Amino acid sequence: MSMDLSISRFWRKKEIIYKLNGAKCKSCGKVHYPPKNACPYCGSRDLEYIELPRKGKLISYTTIYAIPEGARSQSPIYFGLIDLGITKITAELTDITDPSILKKDMEVEATLRKTQEDRDAGLIYYVLKFRPVLVQK
Amino acid sequence: MVNPKAGIHGWGAYIPIYRLPLSDIAKVWGWHPDQYKGLAVEEKAIAGSDEDALTMGYEAAYNAIQRAKIEPKKIGAIFFGTESKPYAVKPSATIIGEALGITPYTMASDLEFACRAASEGMRSLIGMAASGLIDYGLAIGSDTAQANPGDVLEFTAASGAAAFVIGKTNNAVAIIEDSVTFVTDTPDFWRRSSQPYPLHGEGFTGEPAYFYHIENAVKTLLERTGLKPSDFDYAIFHQPNGKFPVKVGQDLGFNMDQMKDGLVTPMIGNTYNASALMGLARVLDKAKAGQKILLAPFGSGAGSDAYLITVTDEVENRKHLAPMVDDYLNRKILINYATYARSRSIIHVIK
Repeated sequence: MSMDLSISRFWRKKEIIYKLNGAKCKSCGKVHYPPKNACPYCGSRDLEYIELPRKGKLISYTTIYAIPEGARSQSPIYFGLIDLGITKITAELTDITDPSILKKDMEVEATLRKTQEDRDAGLIYYVLKFRPVLVQK
Repeated sequence: MVNPKAGIHGWGAYIPIYRLPLSDIAKVWGWHPDQYKGLAVEEKAIAGSDEDALTMGYEAAYNAIQRAKIEPKKIGAIFFGTESKPYAVKPSATIIGEALGITPYTMASDLEFACRAASEGMRSLIGMAASGLIDYGLAIGSDTAQANPGDVLEFTAASGAAAFVIGKTNNAVAIIEDSVTFVTDTPDFWRRSSQPYPLHGEGFTGEPAYFYHIENAVKTLLERTGLKPSDFDYAIFHQPNGKFPVKVGQDLGFNMDQMKDGLVTPMIGNTYNASALMGLARVLDKAKAGQKILLAPFGSGAGSDAYLITVTDEVENRKHLAPMVDDYLNRKILINYATYARSRSIIHVIK
């Protein structure tokens, strides 16, 4: 998700944000996230929402030090490119104090966290972030 | 008297990854190095800067639903018990319900009774499930416990969550056979609505509040059911520190063998609404069919519940469907006071 949040934009996209709902193209079968109006692979507008897997593998990450005002207490933010098998997504990584553990193919899983808050009195925005898996199978 | 019965269908817990050694608190605030030793707690679990009672409650509830093996839409009531809700007005229960796929046809509310609000939710759900008003209900206890920096409460105020799916007795992992609640007006601990940190009425904390209410609830349950302490395999009490639950258990006639598996506070501190309930989650991680559990949560202000719970053989089929309490206990990163102060907003930042 973009970090440009507003109350109405967040409310419209809550299904996508809370449940990791991606779009599957009924024409070419490919999955993308976040859902667009047309399939980015074949252009078809015949799409259906599906819940994406909650576990995946880290492909790469970047560290962000220029933090939006409502997330300063979370600095730095680690942003990951994650392979969920049926598609790849970008998402915030969490529970990281030592970025040297962030290796390619590291298993990660989704959990609900705060991404930003509108100062002390405003809305709190919750999203699914990814953390190193708790239980190795 | 009618005694409606209900069952626990799923259980789940959550403990944040961060731990603050109590020795660090003693150093920063100039306490005597042995000040906290009598509490029988060495480290406390601390929610990260992107966590709050709602996010922790979400994960515990997710785990409980995984174990219950039900469609989230079958849940007809969400009771979120906490004393550290992120919004004073705006239910956390609807946000958790939406994120878990339970909304819109469900009751949803945040309950407050210091550390036993979630237990009040459990008692309500017993009646609602037994009467057929709902198929399943979700009770969540979650807290990022607050304490005034430098106050003795700071040694134990910790973060964690536990959740239970309650339904009818058939196919449940455990049957709630009976329960009792005992409450009075007692000034042991409170937080005024505009205040960030609670205060405690020193002389009331122990005997008039914690011990009086738990002992009365448990003794009434024992009389009503005709059971003796030795009939139980496990006994779990609210755990404001590592010492009180052991003393109240021994005073009531229980031994350490019955209490040790349900004692979580010595490892992570007092998780308030999750305190006794996390003990129950850990016991269910280990329990076997036919075993009997006594559960006695407590909340300041003050009140206690006592539950008689019997484990069924279904428990074995559910244990591995979600992480166990010990998985969360074993996963930890030690932090210092400065990191704790930042993540729990103890450093005041002008926004």
